[in-house]
Amino acid sequence: MDDLLQEFIAETRETLEAIAGEIVAWEAEPADSARLDAIFRFVHTVKGSCGFLDLPRLARLSHAAEDVLAAVRDGKRTPDTALVNAVLGIVDRIAAIVEAIDAGASLDDADEDLLIAALAPDAQPRAQIQVAPQNRAASRSVRLNVDLLDHMMSGMSEMVLARNELARRLRDSDVDPQVEAALERLSLTVADMRDTVTRTRMQKVDALFSALPRMVRDTSAELAKSIDLVIEGADVELDREMIELMRDPLGHIIRNAIDHGIETPTERRAAGKPLTGRLIVSARQSGNQILIEIADDGKGIDVARIVAKAAEKRLYGVAELAAMSEAAKLDLIFAPGLSSRDTVTAISGRGVGMDVVRANIEQIGGRIVLTNDPGRGLRIVIHVPLTLSILSTIIVGVGAQRFALPRQAIEEIVMVRGNQVRIETIGDAATVTVRGKRMPLVSLGELLDLNGDSPPTLVIVSTREGDYALGVDTVLDTEELVVKPASPAVMATGVYAGKTLPDNGLPMLLLDAAGIAAVAGLRFTPVIAAAAVVEEVVPGVPALLFDDLDGQRRAIALAVIDRVEPVPTEAIRWSGGALRLSIGETIIPLHAVAELGARTEVAVLRLTDGESEMAYAIAEAIEIVALPTDMAPARGTGPIAGVVMIAGEQIELVDPHALFAGQPVTLGSLPVCLLQVDGSGWMETFLKPALEASGYRCVTALAAGETAAVALAMEDSPVRETLAPVVTLRRTPTAERDDDPSIYRYDRPALIAALAARRAM
Amino acid sequence: MSELFLVAHVAGRGVAIAASQVESVVDIGEIVAVPRAEAFVRGLAALRSRVVTVIDTGTALGLAPTPDDVRRAVITIFEGHHYAILVDSVEDVAPSERLPLSSGMALHRGWASAGIGIVERDGEPLLILDLAAIISDTALAA
Repeated sequence: MDDLLQEFIAETRETLEAIAGEIVAWEAEPADSARLDAIFRFVHTVKGSCGFLDLPRLARLSHAAEDVLAAVRDGKRTPDTALVNAVLGIVDRIAAIVEAIDAGASLDDADEDLLIAALAPDAQPRAQIQVAPQNRAASRSVRLNVDLLDHMMSGMSEMVLARNELARRLRDSDVDPQVEAALERLSLTVADMRDTVTRTRMQKVDALFSALPRMVRDTSAELAKSIDLVIEGADVELDREMIELMRDPLGHIIRNAIDHGIETPTERRAAGKPLTGRLIVSARQSGNQILIEIADDGKGIDVARIVAKAAEKRLYGVAELAAMSEAAKLDLIFAPGLSSRDTVTAISGRGVGMDVVRANIEQIGGRIVLTNDPGRGLRIVIHVPLTLSILSTIIVGVGAQRFALPRQAIEEIVMVRGNQVRIETIGDAATVTVRGKRMPLVSLGELLDLNGDSPPTLVIVSTREGDYALGVDTVLDTEELVVKPASPAVMATGVYAGKTLPDNGLPMLLLDAAGIAAVAGLRFTPVIAAAAVVEEVVPGVPALLFDDLDGQRRAIALAVIDRVEPVPTEAIRWSGGALRLSIGETIIPLHAVAELGARTEVAVLRLTDGESEMAYAIAEAIEIVALPTDMAPARGTGPIAGVVMIAGEQIELVDPHALFAGQPVTLGSLPVCLLQVDGSGWMETFLKPALEASGYRCVTALAAGETAAVALAMEDSPVRETLAPVVTLRRTPTAERDDDPSIYRYDRPALIAALAARRAM
Repeated sequence: MSELFLVAHVAGRGVAIAASQVESVVDIGEIVAVPRAEAFVRGLAALRSRVVTVIDTGTALGLAPTPDDVRRAVITIFEGHHYAILVDSVEDVAPSERLPLSSGMALHRGWASAGIGIVERDGEPLLILDLAAIISDTALAA
């Protein structure tokens, strides 16, 4: 988080410096819309970043400024000097706050309301607020021009080659061991430097993804949506510059997906979808590109609405719009000034997003592709070039030549001589069966015309379409390589993804696993379609599978779980006839099926029915599963609803209704039972605990304003004046008269039933 | 107006190459073959920290392949990629006047697309070879 904050500070500072000129120009000429756009983009970016960095003050200021600027952009307000001054006042304050955050100093926020009020159309012109100059904290990072890094990188490669040359020449002649030792040291240093220099440019795409869970959590919480974020391929490395440039576009796309794409739980239920929306963000390498995919299972883009919006905003003529292809209509979401959302939210929906997103991505030579499935979701794939991407590769040898294979494409490497591997020919197609799984076999030597012999080693390669085995002569090494695109004449073969220059100074080609499959004529049945079908047969309620304290594996509906958290066992006490868990100042009932034993900490499921809370102690949470529709009902009572089959195992399903029904609910909502005590103390000592266990709060006198739901009195003591219905208790088991409504004081079921019956009167 | 031309020998003939197309003239090292690529792609070679695509000029022009022992190459950049165009030998760099191709001159095969003019050198006419045409034509054919 600190890293993100530092980056935000550095970035904001940089942008501020960059737009300083724009600000002055805008001040001189408020009607200039080009200046306006630059400032608008700045406040929009600040607003976006504040969203997940949790900087409410900045968010409030930038949101206010953005509102006004949006109004100016839409022509609803004319920029005059007062407005310009007010906006610039906010920009100055943003700068001051950013500096204060960096220096760890506090900044008085007393006049921020004034700053925001000054934005109103009827605000009185006022004096510029003077901001006391802040001391800048000493910066712990240096921002470097990427050109410089490039230069360093190529210098580094030269150095490696020079070292190799020197080593070769020394090998050919008799040299002093001391010279060799010096060379050895040089080699180590060079290798180390190379790693460092490489690292300066490379970053795992994880650096881009790590901010997402928080952002998704915050954004979805704000919109009361439930979203399951899945991140895949965070290990793919990408040029640092590209990561920086991808940050904003990715943030925009994800906020859009949550705000516009994924529906509210109610809408999702109506549409027959799982209540929790799914958002999948993945990175992978394909050929000479990195693909970042953002897929949601929301409602997709309503193309008709986009078209209507474009017509309304007069971006295109009606006839022009009518003539557009479906794809072109979809592309309208990238048009400047178009937002499909009717109301403006803090999340997105001002129409600045997507045009900026596309501009940013195209700036780095990438492109963005939308796949819209109305009602079922939207998939956005961002393609960015692989140039300068570092790739972890495995070097394979065929004949006399070596090739690199991206490591992420490789499932495993197997030797043909093992008895686990069988090579068969079906028709004229070679196949291989590895541990019972049959897949096509492609001999790299044959494909590349290098070696026709039957390959001794198989590399199982996984592509988006399917897996196949690639036969090679040897597997030599693993190496981290800087891959660059090869010339068109080389790429035309379809089997290479790029070229690289490893340490030995001999160029090497990077194989494209999917390309090889295509060139070899492998046809896979689309796996994606099959997976979708499988997904459809498990509708089912999501449930948490867990190991219970007694060692049994059980499941409970996910919807009742507020959260799962570890608690110290000393917070759990057997008190007042039940297990209770203290959390801070409150006590909630706890259900445990077995002794806690010697543990010092135990995981509890915090369950809620929306009003009251309870806890359920478990041994360990396993995973989230979909409940099958069939359930064998349980025999007898208790908090088990029944038994379901999950992954071939009988799993007991916990019945949350029984859990909540068996537990007294929280204090505030309990019905009050007024005990008309007779001074013997029997009621307080004997009756009170029994009644409280049944969900009553017992008092001996009503507090002011309190009303009793029911009152209890002994037969021989006078009934005091009360508005509540009274249940009378007698001391003998049998009544003296048949019409005696009183109840024997130890007939507990009858007493509870009578209380409930009187209460209902 | 005269411009600088590099005078070289390709497939046994003297040619002129506009100096603006020439990045450098080098002797390239070991060439790594590119299986499945078109025949005119001799392979890849390392040129300092760069990897260049080596073009077999003879094959590219539709003539006999350039012998394997030819190592001298003219380095040119085309559409962001570096190429090494193999040449038999390089003679000289000299300023010359660019003249149009004589009318009625029948160039064949690769010469027809790569030849874009004539320069006179010591009274001897030399065909101006367009390196971009060698790369792009052959790349298109691939």
